[in-house]
Amino acid sequence: MIFTTFKRITRTGFVNFWRNGFLSFAAIVVITLSLSVFGGLVFGSAFARALLADVKDKVDINAYFTLNAPEEDILALQKDIKAMAEVSRVEYVSSEAVLAQFKEKWNDNALIMQGLDEIEGNPFPAVLNIKAINPGQYGSIASFLEQKNPTASDGTPLIEKINYQQNKLIIDRLGRIIPAIEQAGSAIAIVLALVAIIVVFNTIRIIIYTSRDEISVMKLVGASNIYVRGPLVVSGIMYGIVSGIITLILMAIFAYWSDAVLLRVAGVQVASDFELVVNILSRYFVQNFGQIFMMIMGAGIILGAVSSYIAVRRYLKV
Amino acid sequence: MIYYDKVTRIYPDKSVALENVSFGVEPKEFVTIVGHSGAGKTTLMKMLIAEDRPTTGSVFFESTDISRLSKRDVSKLRRRIGTVFQDYRLIPGKTVYENIAFAMEASGRSDAEIASDVPHVLELVDLGHKIWNFPKELSGGERQRVAIARAIVTQPDIILADEPTGNLDPTSTYEIIQILQKINDLGTTIILTTHNKGVVDTVKGRVLTMEKGRIARDDKNGKYVL
Repeated sequence: MIFTTFKRITRTGFVNFWRNGFLSFAAIVVITLSLSVFGGLVFGSAFARALLADVKDKVDINAYFTLNAPEEDILALQKDIKAMAEVSRVEYVSSEAVLAQFKEKWNDNALIMQGLDEIEGNPFPAVLNIKAINPGQYGSIASFLEQKNPTASDGTPLIEKINYQQNKLIIDRLGRIIPAIEQAGSAIAIVLALVAIIVVFNTIRIIIYTSRDEISVMKLVGASNIYVRGPLVVSGIMYGIVSGIITLILMAIFAYWSDAVLLRVAGVQVASDFELVVNILSRYFVQNFGQIFMMIMGAGIILGAVSSYIAVRRYLKV
Repeated sequence: MIYYDKVTRIYPDKSVALENVSFGVEPKEFVTIVGHSGAGKTTLMKMLIAEDRPTTGSVFFESTDISRLSKRDVSKLRRRIGTVFQDYRLIPGKTVYENIAFAMEASGRSDAEIASDVPHVLELVDLGHKIWNFPKELSGGERQRVAIARAIVTQPDIILADEPTGNLDPTSTYEIIQILQKINDLGTTIILTTHNKGVVDTVKGRVLTMEKGRIARDDKNGKYVL
């Protein structure tokens, strides 16, 4: 009996979906638009997160050592810094490595190479590149280094210069801007999602309003609530499934299209330097497809089904 | 079988639809209720299917008080009463076959029963050839015959027909009354409301005359007196 009821409800839901072609089309358009808002939010936050991560990653402070600072003292200091809670990474670049990088970079420029040859020995100091977990923490790392002011065994200071003061302005700003962007982003996301949900609910309410007479007839013929409500919920689920599939296709098209546009705007050279930025969306879409699929389809189905379920309630009181 | 016990219905705007109405209906009776518009005929009918409830008094179907039924039991009650309305109330999005099948599905009949009974009942109202049409493709008389087919297909104990001929031409009216009488002959109780003198004179059964929410006359073998 339960199986028969389920079969009949599902069949009626399907039949209504096809017969009320125009209403189904209208519902699918509205739900697709709403799901596209969700999809846009997903992409927007992925893009913003990738950009912010990129910017955060580019911010660091460097401690430049005196030319004759002994390597073991520097390595000891590196260990101390690494132990700080605020620090995510400390990279030691020896003066030889800096020189090698410099030579490689300017290999083609005879003038610079000639100038380098004229200087006796290695003019580049060793460096510690320090990355904080978040940009607001560079101040405390810098002051830690300044207060500690490590010295070599002969009493001369090890650190020649910390470039924090030069970068302070931009680091401070990023430290304030990034959390603000994240908060504003979530607030906008919540508002847009609410608007999308309300629009879908109202559309489905209007669709069900048009069949209120049918609903009362069904009730008067002796149909129990599930026989009246079931097919409407099934139709709602179908709106959600179709809209979800359309939305996923639109998202895929958008992801690859935006990549192509970014590549054209940024140019091939920049694109290869900032590879991450240029391929963000398509890569994100492919890597997280399972999650995105579940989210978009789930949102569509739940929106359709729950809206129908709630909207029909007032007409069942016959 | 049905008993209205001192039923009064006062609407929220203080207008009185029914005032202290009491009467009973025996099994297999064919009762015609006549009266002007607004005399309370439709309200009387609505109480029997719990579409409306008395302000005071009770309506009994067999021994159950209809106004005390739960939602689930109201649906069960409605499956035992076939209803025919002046405006047909077919479901526009369903074919003739599906409209009738729906009533059977709702009362939990098997697919095999539905497949055999629906064509049969459509033959009975002489609409076998319109089985796959939609209601909007039918004339008024045909729609009302579909509505009757829907009402009788579940083999209910009672048929309520609320002004079933109100929108129909004389020929269709005659056909509908013929069908109702045939159903009555087969043993189903029928309650019919009308303000058509010709209908009352054709039926020649018991006639209840309503005036301003009260029963003015109750005649066995009555005539149309207003």
